[in-house]
Amino acid sequence: MDTVPQLQRQFVEYTTSLYREGYLDDQFSQLQKLQDESNPDFVVEVVSLFFEDSEKLLNNLTAALHQENIDYKQVDAHVHQFKGSSSSIGAQRVKNVCVVFRNYCEEKNLDGCMVCLQQAKNEYILVRNKLEALFNLEQQILQAGGSVPMMV
Amino acid sequence: MEEDNVEDIEVEVLPSMWPEDIDAAGKKFNVEKPGADQDLLEDVTFIEEPTIVDFQRLLELTNYSEKGSSQLSYLVKNWEWKQENAVRLLREELENLSKQQREVELKKLEILEEHRFEQESYGGDKRPVSILDEVYEIFQDAPKRRNDVVIPDQRIDIDDEHDTDTVKYWKQRAWHLEKLLDASIQREQILLEKLDESIEKLEKQSSPVEELSQILKRADNFLHFVLQNAPVVIGHQDKELRYRFIYNHFPSLREEDIIGKTDVEIFKGDGVKESQDFKREVLERGLPGKREFTFETDLFGAKTFLIYVEPVFSKAGETIGVNYMGMEITDQVRRREKMAKLREEIAVQKARETELNKTIHITEETMRAKQMLATMSHEIRSPLSGVVSMAEILSTTKLDKDQKQLLSVMLSSGDLVLQLINDILDLSKVESGRVSRPFLRHFRIRDSRFSVCLYRFLQFPFPISCLFSGVMKLEATKFRPREVIKHVLQTAAASLKKMLILEGNVADDVPIEVIGDVLRIRQILTNLISNAVKFTHEGKVKINLYVIADPCPQDQPKPKIENDELVLPARNSVLDEHKENEPQSHETVVWIRCDVQDTGIGIPETAIPSLFKKYMQAGADTARKYGGTGLGLAICKQLVELMGGSLTVSSKEHCGSTFTFVLPHKVPHACESSDETDEFRDMDDNASTEDDVSCGFFQFKPRTLGSLFSANGSNRTHDLMGNETSFNKLDGSSVVAESSSKRNFENKNKSRTKKDKENHGDQDRAFHNPSNKKNRPSITDGMRVDSDRNSGCVSSNVNHERAKTSARPKILLVEDHVVNVMVAKRMMRQLNQDMDVVNNGAEAVRAVQRCDYDLVLMDVCMPVMDGLQATRLIRSYEKTGNWDEARLAGVEPPDLPSGDQILKEPRKRIPIIAMTANAMSESAEECFANGMDSFITKPVTLQNLKQCLERYSICPYQHRNYIAIYFKSSKIYTKTIVHKQEQQ
Repeated sequence: MDTVPQLQRQFVEYTTSLYREGYLDDQFSQLQKLQDESNPDFVVEVVSLFFEDSEKLLNNLTAALHQENIDYKQVDAHVHQFKGSSSSIGAQRVKNVCVVFRNYCEEKNLDGCMVCLQQAKNEYILVRNKLEALFNLEQQILQAGGSVPMMV
Repeated sequence: MEEDNVEDIEVEVLPSMWPEDIDAAGKKFNVEKPGADQDLLEDVTFIEEPTIVDFQRLLELTNYSEKGSSQLSYLVKNWEWKQENAVRLLREELENLSKQQREVELKKLEILEEHRFEQESYGGDKRPVSILDEVYEIFQDAPKRRNDVVIPDQRIDIDDEHDTDTVKYWKQRAWHLEKLLDASIQREQILLEKLDESIEKLEKQSSPVEELSQILKRADNFLHFVLQNAPVVIGHQDKELRYRFIYNHFPSLREEDIIGKTDVEIFKGDGVKESQDFKREVLERGLPGKREFTFETDLFGAKTFLIYVEPVFSKAGETIGVNYMGMEITDQVRRREKMAKLREEIAVQKARETELNKTIHITEETMRAKQMLATMSHEIRSPLSGVVSMAEILSTTKLDKDQKQLLSVMLSSGDLVLQLINDILDLSKVESGRVSRPFLRHFRIRDSRFSVCLYRFLQFPFPISCLFSGVMKLEATKFRPREVIKHVLQTAAASLKKMLILEGNVADDVPIEVIGDVLRIRQILTNLISNAVKFTHEGKVKINLYVIADPCPQDQPKPKIENDELVLPARNSVLDEHKENEPQSHETVVWIRCDVQDTGIGIPETAIPSLFKKYMQAGADTARKYGGTGLGLAICKQLVELMGGSLTVSSKEHCGSTFTFVLPHKVPHACESSDETDEFRDMDDNASTEDDVSCGFFQFKPRTLGSLFSANGSNRTHDLMGNETSFNKLDGSSVVAESSSKRNFENKNKSRTKKDKENHGDQDRAFHNPSNKKNRPSITDGMRVDSDRNSGCVSSNVNHERAKTSARPKILLVEDHVVNVMVAKRMMRQLNQDMDVVNNGAEAVRAVQRCDYDLVLMDVCMPVMDGLQATRLIRSYEKTGNWDEARLAGVEPPDLPSGDQILKEPRKRIPIIAMTANAMSESAEECFANGMDSFITKPVTLQNLKQCLERYSICPYQHRNYIAIYFKSSKIYTKTIVHKQEQQ
């Protein structure tokens, strides 16, 4: 059966689409380059860490923005972190939302912040689903005995 | 007035103050009947003063001008018509009355006829008998009527013919008639009365004049009513343009000031004359016109009026004056002008914008092109240097003569291309270096800490360039000017294909060692020399080196740098920065002048100004004849200026040119000179001695002359081949393979000479002379690699060797974010480095207290303590030797043997590299201001990290391309120079 080549092709196409649609940027390929035989799960590890961290941050943000007196400095710090981690793994769209988010924080614009929070959540969930799908695909390829194609 | 009259009569003039069409029977000029709206007008109050009228003139006008007369005639007609109507009515009435009267008379006649007939039949005897005499008497005064009365009487008589005969009957009849007569008379009376009344009324009714003036008054009132607030001036001027009538709602002059005068007589100021001229023009041409005038008069200031002027014609068709109407439109004009101005500004703005866009576009294009050029050069250089270096390695292997020849051609061509590419790259770097200079100056003023850090940079072997990634790297290393000169000349001589003598002359006062960016200086020299050689066909090319006084007039003659800021205020080179910021200097600055003299074709005077421009050569044919990019001199000039010096040229056509550059150099403290080495010595003088070092004259002749080099000191010429042989014999180890490459050749030659100077002393000792060895493992710059190549080649992989010579560099990562930490760690591992990680600034300070790090990567934004503060604290420690400031900030140092720390002198300055997400310059400035040495933008990429480590001489052992030999303590260490192949 041609499952492996097929899966591989699918993987390549999927990855390309993620870059094309801006979910990921070059930083993600940086991560992929850092992965080798000695660290076969590096990307998954980092990204999982990112997921954990992001969920924590999003919760913190939600809580912070629902306070009576919003501590924008605190919010900004959270967003800064979120921006840092998302840019580190190359989750470009999340990062972009964070940039806007920080502007609103600076303006102390609650409405803007809420909108951004929602957007950040959406984008985060989107990119999480995408990445999980990507990892699934990777797993399938590996299980089928193939090797994950290297993206250039 | 008399005169006027005369004139007016002659011309039969008249303007009217009314609208022209008033004669169209009141259609245009409808005035309501007084009764209906009298109230309205009464409610409105008029101020009639505004009108100033020469009434006499008006009268004349009304009498004589067509308009006036027609108007008047209309009014008269109107009145006549009304009167006619009344008369007609009366006439009709009268007609009616007379008709009735005629009828009555007719009847009377009939009656009389009858009566006569009766009389005839009955005789006239009854006639005398009058019963009602008194009745007759009543009407005595109206005989006619008496007749009337008589007649009905008779008629009645006739009617009652058969009943006559009786007196009673006749009496009755008479009485009846009498009554009828009475009624008739009464009616007549009434009619008469009515007639009288009517006549009376007629008489009482107004005369035409009265009515006319009433209408006029009403019209006048309406005009006032309408015009009362209008910003208009209405006037009439006669043939001489004297005012005859003016209406002005806001009069500022009295009647006598205006009437009978002309504009010019009344007003003074701008616009008056013009408007009068315009009126005159209208008067002469007989055509109405409109025009705007801006008046600037004392009376009412600056105002703009729209003036309508129409000529007034007499019945004979001659112009007799003008009517004019002016409306003040100052505001409108102002607004209009403002609009126009705005529109103009917008247009200009737009034009400017387009221009700017164009410029931006062009600039972008240029930048892109430059960038492209640089990138391409860079991309070409990497593989090319691979080719060239491999070829060089190849040349050290056993080859036959043909192969060697081929290889040398290959090498020289490769070198040429490499040189060209380096030129291009340098140019773009120098150009971006320009940008960084104000930046430096900015810092000098702002932050003394930065100065200190800069100074330390130069103290320690960190290239200053680490501050400015991507811009020209200026380094400060010790070097020996004589050796540089010698080397440059050697190099030039080696490729010399002409019969030229190359000479170097270094004055005795030039210090043996100075500090500067030797690579750049060498580059400048090489450039100038090759230039000189290129344009010289016979004779000499000479380098003269000597010390001159500081070109800055306010300086002390022997400029000491202790009190720096004042010493070189105008200059802002990196070197100056360095000097100025030196806290306590044991160095002096010398200005060294270098002349590169040739006996070549010279440069025409006209070409000199454009000589240093990029891609420019003295003439188009020069380029054809001599080739070259035209970049060399431009680069030289920029480099010299970047280093705080100046480059000039003087030339005489057909006789030769002299390029002169003056550069400030720091002179290191004498005692330091011997135990520290620099790569130059390392590469040039494997066996130099003090004697050799101070020798100031070199002469090179073309290879074909057989003698390549003579040192003045010994005044001996050495046969190259002989030397080479002995040299090879001497060190016949595997370390230096025999080679015909020019560099090897030169090196050997040099070694040879030095040995000669030692009077053929122990060559082995000289070769391994420990005092001149270098043990700096970190060589990453392309040029340095180049130089390393020169020092000999051995192909053995000794990667592990490094572990023996020094411990692994310790790196500290300060980063609060787990993901970033993980990524960075992984990258470090990829780069074969370990590192410690702490999570905030305070921890970073503690970590630095505990342990010596070679490099700190510091996040800027962190909880507890940010990177900037942490850096400040660490720098404070480095400066003062204690952690007091850290303590103040709440970071207690761990219990360390306090004396131990303080005794370490001098404290090493840890390179601290900021990791920041905002790559903006202000953020960078902040980093520098707080004592950081450089920054990496986030997200960190493997390449960035690697470059950063390389820059700080922490070499990731990833690729091994070049191998070099280092000497240390009389032992030969072979060491891998890691020169990563630049990744795409």
